[in-house]
Amino acid sequence: MRLDAKIPGGPLEGKWDARKAELKLVGPNNKRKFDIIVVGTGLAGASAAASLAELGYNVKVFCIQDSPRRAHSIAAQGGINAAKNYPNDGDSVYRLFYDTIKGGDFRSREANVYRLAQLSRLIIDQCAAQGVPFAREYGGTLANRSFGGVLVSRTFYARGQTGQQLLLGAYQALMRQVGLGRAALYPRREMLDLVVEGGKARGIVARDLVTGKIESHAAHAVLLATGGYGNVFYLSTNGVAGNVTATFRAYKRGALFANPCYTQIHPTCIPVSGEHQAKLTLMSESLRNDGRVWVPKKPGDKRIPLDIPESERDYYLERRYPTYGNLVPRDVASRAAKAACDQGFGVGPTGHSVYLDFSDAARRDGPHALVEKYGNIFEMYENITGESPLQTPMRIYPAVHYTMGGLWVDYDLMTTIPGLFCLGEANFSDHGANRLGASALMQGLADGYFIIPYTIGGYLSGTELPKVNTADSVSFRLAEENARDGVAKLLGVKGRRSPHDFHRRLGRLLWENCGMSRNETGLLGAREKIRGLREEFWQDVAIVGPGEDVNQALERAGRVADYLEFASLMITDALERRESCGGHFREEYQTPEGEARRDDANFAHVAAWEYKGEGAPVVLNKEPLEFSAVHLAQRSYK
Amino acid sequence: MNYTLRVWRQKNSLDKGRFVDYEVGGVAPEMSILDTLDLLNERLLQKGEEPVAFESDCREGICGACGLFVNGYPHGPQKGTTTCEVRMRLFADGATIVIEPFRAKAFPVVKDLVVDRSSLDRVIAAGGFVSVNTGNAQDANSILVGKDRAAKAMDAAACIGCGACVAACPNAAAMLFAGAKVTQLALLAQGNPERERRALAMRERLDLEGFGNCSNEYECEAACPKKISVSHIARLNWEYLRAAALSEPEKVEVGPG
Repeated sequence: MRLDAKIPGGPLEGKWDARKAELKLVGPNNKRKFDIIVVGTGLAGASAAASLAELGYNVKVFCIQDSPRRAHSIAAQGGINAAKNYPNDGDSVYRLFYDTIKGGDFRSREANVYRLAQLSRLIIDQCAAQGVPFAREYGGTLANRSFGGVLVSRTFYARGQTGQQLLLGAYQALMRQVGLGRAALYPRREMLDLVVEGGKARGIVARDLVTGKIESHAAHAVLLATGGYGNVFYLSTNGVAGNVTATFRAYKRGALFANPCYTQIHPTCIPVSGEHQAKLTLMSESLRNDGRVWVPKKPGDKRIPLDIPESERDYYLERRYPTYGNLVPRDVASRAAKAACDQGFGVGPTGHSVYLDFSDAARRDGPHALVEKYGNIFEMYENITGESPLQTPMRIYPAVHYTMGGLWVDYDLMTTIPGLFCLGEANFSDHGANRLGASALMQGLADGYFIIPYTIGGYLSGTELPKVNTADSVSFRLAEENARDGVAKLLGVKGRRSPHDFHRRLGRLLWENCGMSRNETGLLGAREKIRGLREEFWQDVAIVGPGEDVNQALERAGRVADYLEFASLMITDALERRESCGGHFREEYQTPEGEARRDDANFAHVAAWEYKGEGAPVVLNKEPLEFSAVHLAQRSYK
Repeated sequence: MNYTLRVWRQKNSLDKGRFVDYEVGGVAPEMSILDTLDLLNERLLQKGEEPVAFESDCREGICGACGLFVNGYPHGPQKGTTTCEVRMRLFADGATIVIEPFRAKAFPVVKDLVVDRSSLDRVIAAGGFVSVNTGNAQDANSILVGKDRAAKAMDAAACIGCGACVAACPNAAAMLFAGAKVTQLALLAQGNPERERRALAMRERLDLEGFGNCSNEYECEAACPKKISVSHIARLNWEYLRAAALSEPEKVEVGPG
């Protein structure tokens, strides 16, 4: 398949304006003739749904939770980047663009990232106008802080709850449209299939999670904003409902899945404590502004941290990366923590953690200043571990956090299926092989508020879209049957092992073999074991209770079934990418200092995978990445 | 550690429901009460029994999805935490822990511990927003908001919409929920143009949804996982009175027929 990203010509800074100028418009009175389905109500989905309804389209919004406000964007803590240069410290659109391209280890599209940096400024304006209570200075202007991988302060925040406040802003905008009757809300629905008719996305089939009813919904375009697939690892910082089902089923209907091996392991999370843990908890990257990461210089040192004198501590990030210090990007910080623990320097009962120490900052600025900035995060830590970070250093370890891979989209955010768009974390577009902190919120809102409202008009006005009636359409009937068969097949297994049990085992296999570092032998072995696990799943998964009712074991089993297939795709991609870049670290390809070694001659491309049917090998399509404004360099944070 | 979980089981909104006791052994102190329910459910599945339905998502106290009545308190006896943050170290080994859904007229039970809180969404849809379309915004720094005022707005905005305030209130009032949103937007210049409209519309919606009224019990503040102050209810009442006094009576257009 030839992948056309439809990137406009001309200079980088004019590309988005050029594209907007050539996109056709839908007249004000015609917008109400178009139905648009939005699946997912996180930052990308809620902002898109609200903005499209404001424009006059008929919007149908689906979410898996009881309320759109529960989407996992709500848990983002630290902040959102924007090239406002309010602190006068040398920031600019170009610098945000460059930092993001470099942070992504030169594996993202130049034109997309530049547009993201341009739009970042509008996002802050929009959110402030909605009444998002951003942190302020005494004079009333907005406050900023720093995040990893950059040397300016461009991160806007609302305490440690920035995601919550931005999401509530978008949610409130959406609920306003619901109240006005321009958007219809379908909560507690899980999308089980995409309906493609006449080669175009024309609707979805969803399961009502209360009644079990399989429903068909038709539209002129479908937007997936269903988040990432981090939960494939079982333990991650994602909410427990997060899943790959919507995007994976769209992939099976013909949308290409790009770069599935790119996953972000966040360096500062509360370490794993036991077997019966549903998830891991993130401690915001913003903590690295004031916290210093260290391990004892002596391996296996069991003294309590306060008894270890300064001279016997190794502040390894500051030592290895003097320019960026504790604020190196996430992938670099995570690998360094793993290396320290693998060499026996790790602390805590399992030896799988490192210290994040606030005592210097507390001495410098006073504990009050720390509480003001990080109060809720400190409380969360204390609640989980029983220890106060003001008394003793935090113990942290990397955990799966974000997935850069996702459905392949062109510059208009359209997948390879006409009429199917993909927004936010669910698409692959802007973060390359590693996302910088405070950039996920920026991308989700750029996609939803400022890109899709333009590009969808171009699609709708320029495309022949005959009326579809769900009752008469063969495509809808087949998709419904497919969804019903899937539910019946799961209920028919009647095994003895819970869906959680399979999920946990899958997660462990991936974490060990396709996590922070990967090698060919491990990947091949894991792929084989996952094949076995998948067979066992279909013989032994236990689901009790009917399909026509709330059945959470059935819901989880469906998601795990997709993860078992998806995991193989991740591994295939990780095997194929014989280089190290960003979050994808292949042990075979590293520099003598243990840093990632990219291979630009052979791998400066997006790997977009095409499904060819059950049992058939997947096909790799490559979109070459061309760089005109930046010079490809080895990423250095030293 | 071993516990007896006395769990409310209810097939659907029509079923009367009942308590069922479950023994759960092998619980670690750092596990949350939801991890313990997960463990119970895994064992129920292995025995061929239907698991207990309950809601959760983020499991770190911010999404507001979880909400259980634990030993007579919404989100359990520990202050300032959501259900998912309640750790088992809080309960003595061998204890019986009573787990029920949030109970309120406006929160009908869906199944077991799952309730329908969409009434809260409708209260927000009535007026809990700033009417600004995408693309209309001026530079963010052109609207100045003092640091202290922004902090107060943030205190109110911290609400996670879990409904614990409603479950705790003897009148099942959602005044703290609505008051927090009204306060946040009233404190900010951005929310000012539709301040009266918002207070009136949200107050009216509370009644329509079947929420009760405030009678100063302060149970909502005690139960709120984000420690939102009852002073926001006073502000809601003030905003409502002010709006009622200031607003022109609506002119009702009577059409033909």
